[in-house]
Amino acid sequence: MLTNTALAEKTQGPIYRLARTVAANRLASPGGKVFVTVEHAETDWVSLMLRVRDAQDKAAFAVLFRHFAPRIKAFLMKSGASATLAEECAQDVMATLWQKAEQFDPARASVATWVFTIARNRRIDAIRRARRPEPEALDWGPDTEPDQAEVYEVAQENLRLGAALATLPDKQRALIERAYYGDLSHSEIALETGLPLGTIKSRIRLALERLRHQMS
Amino acid sequence: MTIRHHLTDQLMMAYAAGALPEAFSLVVATHVSLCSECRAALATFEAVGGAVLDTGEAVPVGEDSLAATLARLGEPESAPVRRRARGMLPAPVQDYVGGDIDHVKWRSVGMGVRQAILPTADGATVRLLHIPAGQSMPDHGHRGLELTLVLQGAFRDSTDRFGPGDVEIATESLDHTPVAEAGADCICLAATDARLRFHSLIPRLAQPFFRI
Repeated sequence: MLTNTALAEKTQGPIYRLARTVAANRLASPGGKVFVTVEHAETDWVSLMLRVRDAQDKAAFAVLFRHFAPRIKAFLMKSGASATLAEECAQDVMATLWQKAEQFDPARASVATWVFTIARNRRIDAIRRARRPEPEALDWGPDTEPDQAEVYEVAQENLRLGAALATLPDKQRALIERAYYGDLSHSEIALETGLPLGTIKSRIRLALERLRHQMS
Repeated sequence: MTIRHHLTDQLMMAYAAGALPEAFSLVVATHVSLCSECRAALATFEAVGGAVLDTGEAVPVGEDSLAATLARLGEPESAPVRRRARGMLPAPVQDYVGGDIDHVKWRSVGMGVRQAILPTADGATVRLLHIPAGQSMPDHGHRGLELTLVLQGAFRDSTDRFGPGDVEIATESLDHTPVAEAGADCICLAATDARLRFHSLIPRLAQPFFRI
């Protein structure tokens, strides 16, 4: 795996070629379940996002847009938005990703997770017209450079999580998806939705260790 | 602060999914502000959301969509300075109060107990409660879900003791009479999606006036 630093040092060309190859592999694979490729994809999204964050790179933004905007649109339509509203909100979400790029921290969340949280907040705002109270931000101290090992670990965990979700029976997977589309009320959300609890629990443990490490 | 009573995975997942009413979200956000374990759980349930979005379907966006978005990109915001809120109330509560504990607009609800309802959408309500040390709350049951987070002091009921950072999750099966411990007055953040069921007449009569 290339570290972000190594990727960032390269010229823009190879990064984008790699991203395109990844996208093509994903499309070509039956069922889209190519875990090795997904791992590389996650690494690439981070590098692209860091180019947006650190260099306001519009070409990197365009690559992220082509991957995520159609997924955000689908996500919002599943949440009950019309195609028009979903399209508008997908553009808002991507504009927010640019605007708030400084807040992206690859040691805490993958790009997909970060995009999800922005899309979720936009949905609460646009469809429910409510505020979203957010937890107090942690003081990470003066060291803002993410630890490469932690960035790698986050990518690995997301890979495992994605793989665990992919192996669930369709019915359970559909329930989890409905919960995240905002289609289930809080009382309807039960862990009998079939979340892979072993994977969830071990990821929580790792996230906790990382938090303690970052705060110490 | 040793937190013994945490939020459930169901509530963490519902908050991560954006499925909680605003009033409950405020209690969750405040507990997460105080609790590393639940912060880690939140990051994990948000990662599930990331996986759902990333592996889900894609619907093509309009041809001019990228160009339209690129055209409106402005200067990125500089990251907000991340500091712990000064004062007694955690930052999410301060956002709703408009300041720290000295900005709370308390109203007396009798027996020395004071409350301040915080403005939220979505039906469910959330309030700050100030219960004098040693004082009991009226005996009550619940029609829906009630989350009570201790910010200062402690209270006990038939189930356990709840200290700073602890959350009590009460559902229809729990009838309880919370009593504030001796020592510091007890200050709680409490959210409910239905009116409480008081067992004695006086609180029942007062209920329409105090929206509890």
